[in-house]
Amino acid sequence: MSGPSFATALELGAGAVLVCAVLTMWRRSLAAIVRLLALQGVALAAVALVLGLHARDGVLVGVGAVVVVEKGVALPAVLLRVVARDTSSRETAPLVNVPASLVATGALTLLAFAVAGPVVALVPTVAGRLVPLGLATALIGIFAMAVRRRAVSQIVGLLLLDNGIALVAFLATGGFPLVVELGASLDVLLLVVVARVLGTRLHERFGVLDLDELRELHD
Amino acid sequence: MAGAVLLAVLGAPLAASACAVLCPWRRAVGWLGVAATVVVLAGGVVLAARVVHGPAVTALGGALRVDALGAVMIVVVALVGTLACIASVRYLDGEVGAGHCSRRHAALYGALVQVFLAAMLLAVSAANLAMTWVAIEATTIATTFLVGHRGTRRAVEASWKYVAICSVGIATAFLGTVLVDLAALHAGHGPHASANLDWTALVAESPRLDPGVMRLAFALVVLGYETKVGLAPMHSWLPDAHSQAPAPVSALMSGVLLAVAFYAVLRFKAVADGALGPGFSRALLVAVGLLSLAVAASLLVAQRDYKRMLAYSSIEHMGLVALGAAAGTPLAIAAVLLHIVGHGLTKAVLFLGSGEILATEKTSEIGQVRALLARRPGVGGLMGVGLFALLGLPPFSLFVSELGMIRAEVDVGLGWAAGIALALMAVVFAALTSHGRQMLLGPLAAGERPTRTPRIVVVPLATALVACALLGVVAWPLAPLLESAAKTVAR
Repeated sequence: MSGPSFATALELGAGAVLVCAVLTMWRRSLAAIVRLLALQGVALAAVALVLGLHARDGVLVGVGAVVVVEKGVALPAVLLRVVARDTSSRETAPLVNVPASLVATGALTLLAFAVAGPVVALVPTVAGRLVPLGLATALIGIFAMAVRRRAVSQIVGLLLLDNGIALVAFLATGGFPLVVELGASLDVLLLVVVARVLGTRLHERFGVLDLDELRELHD
Repeated sequence: MAGAVLLAVLGAPLAASACAVLCPWRRAVGWLGVAATVVVLAGGVVLAARVVHGPAVTALGGALRVDALGAVMIVVVALVGTLACIASVRYLDGEVGAGHCSRRHAALYGALVQVFLAAMLLAVSAANLAMTWVAIEATTIATTFLVGHRGTRRAVEASWKYVAICSVGIATAFLGTVLVDLAALHAGHGPHASANLDWTALVAESPRLDPGVMRLAFALVVLGYETKVGLAPMHSWLPDAHSQAPAPVSALMSGVLLAVAFYAVLRFKAVADGALGPGFSRALLVAVGLLSLAVAASLLVAQRDYKRMLAYSSIEHMGLVALGAAAGTPLAIAAVLLHIVGHGLTKAVLFLGSGEILATEKTSEIGQVRALLARRPGVGGLMGVGLFALLGLPPFSLFVSELGMIRAEVDVGLGWAAGIALALMAVVFAALTSHGRQMLLGPLAAGERPTRTPRIVVVPLATALVACALLGVVAWPLAPLLESAAKTVAR
């Protein structure tokens, strides 16, 4: 891929990842949020593919293909089923209202640009310049986990964090060893599985609908 | 030859795990698990003897490497693992006998405990930091279901909290690892390869790593792994998970999992110190150490649950370890490692003892338990002696290691931090003594007779306490090993 079009494609992909993250803070319907995550997964995969094709790096192209299947299709599909099952938790129950959340995402993006300074300085390429977008996505993910209460919202937050970190890894280092990349995704998969297993168990044994209703342990 | 021993150390728990999956639970399978930990212990001792004065032992073409620091950690994991596996046999026997869990569910527990052990062993013997990260993440996967094994509402809540918070921590540590990789890439080496992330290569190259990126990377790594270590402000899952998990799992998590995560911090610290000088990591570790001590002290005073009390005490001890690592001299690191050994043994004894008490008294409230020394002299005595050890009283090794860490802190000008730590330790001391007195002392009720504690409980726990006391009195055989382990991450 040639110079300017490579840069444009990369900027579009990385920008789309961050925009999807911001939009998840705007929407309230969990089904819509999960669809945004699928879109983000595709954008992330596109970044990996563009980088891989540019550097003629077969492994990175392969990682991109895996990311499309995993984050663009498989995980969102499982999450959508979890959302569809629980009629009571179709909406997020944010502790912070939507306008305030959007302001916070703006602040977090600025913070990401400030913090990523040394990284941008060290990698003086188009890819390096885009690293703050990944960091901002990761920070928004942590924020989402902190202010949203439903189990599915927590998973969405972790997925945002994970996608943000993956974007940083692709842009800054041209991808990590495949095992490690898969290990990182495994963690999200684990959380989805645990949420399903625990949720089902809770429903059967105690008639509790969401993990969020468990609030017995504290000091 | 030594490489084969290393493979046996990692293979034994995996083999035991496979057996546990294939056969439904019976006592023999449990004892097979104990045998696996004994193999690990023997292998750990052999490796320790090899590396104490010699070069590191490698296997699988250099993917695994055990130096003196790794050997110390393998021995601690094996010691606590043996205690926990012996207790697991009794725990599962009781659960299956009482109809609380099916044989298949018990088999799953047996298999996951061994996978958990294997993951910790891999974390401390991996040659590169990406592999260590994968292994530490695997411990989260294995322990999530173990924490919720009892299936009560509270256990489920604890395991959800555990997996959600630790996933964030482990992801943060991953980001830090990616940035270290980036710094190594730009330090002048070829295209990215796992060789870039090799611990020893990184330490050797550390002066050439970009300081700006390393500062960010180390902060993220500390924040991430400290979640698994249970240091404040990322500690909130720990009291829940440790109090709701079955006692043997609590013993493993508190006794060694925290230490294994701290091992990763120690390794990264050696790299960061090379790039940034000792000031940055020192400031960070002093801050989280003191904060953890303060959190633990304030929540121990009015604690009503004895398993949560032990959990907060773990946060306190990890805070002490972080302060010791902040000092960072070889003397300090040797004391830190001795503290990890002593704390692992003591905390395992106390958690396993408290599991015994929970099984018979049916309550985890401190206020509901009384006169244990008179009513159950066996387990009561063990708990009493264990508390003495935990409080850092001589002759137990925690006394020596705490003294060593404080001395090292004063040496490097952290006397003020040591002073604050001592004040907070005094608060913890008072709280633990008063809770312990409430549970242990008192007369027998009229017509009550003391109950014997079975030998299968008393013998292993008493042995562990004797070992902890011996380590406090005679330096041999650990001292040379700790010294050479300290030299791998401190200068």
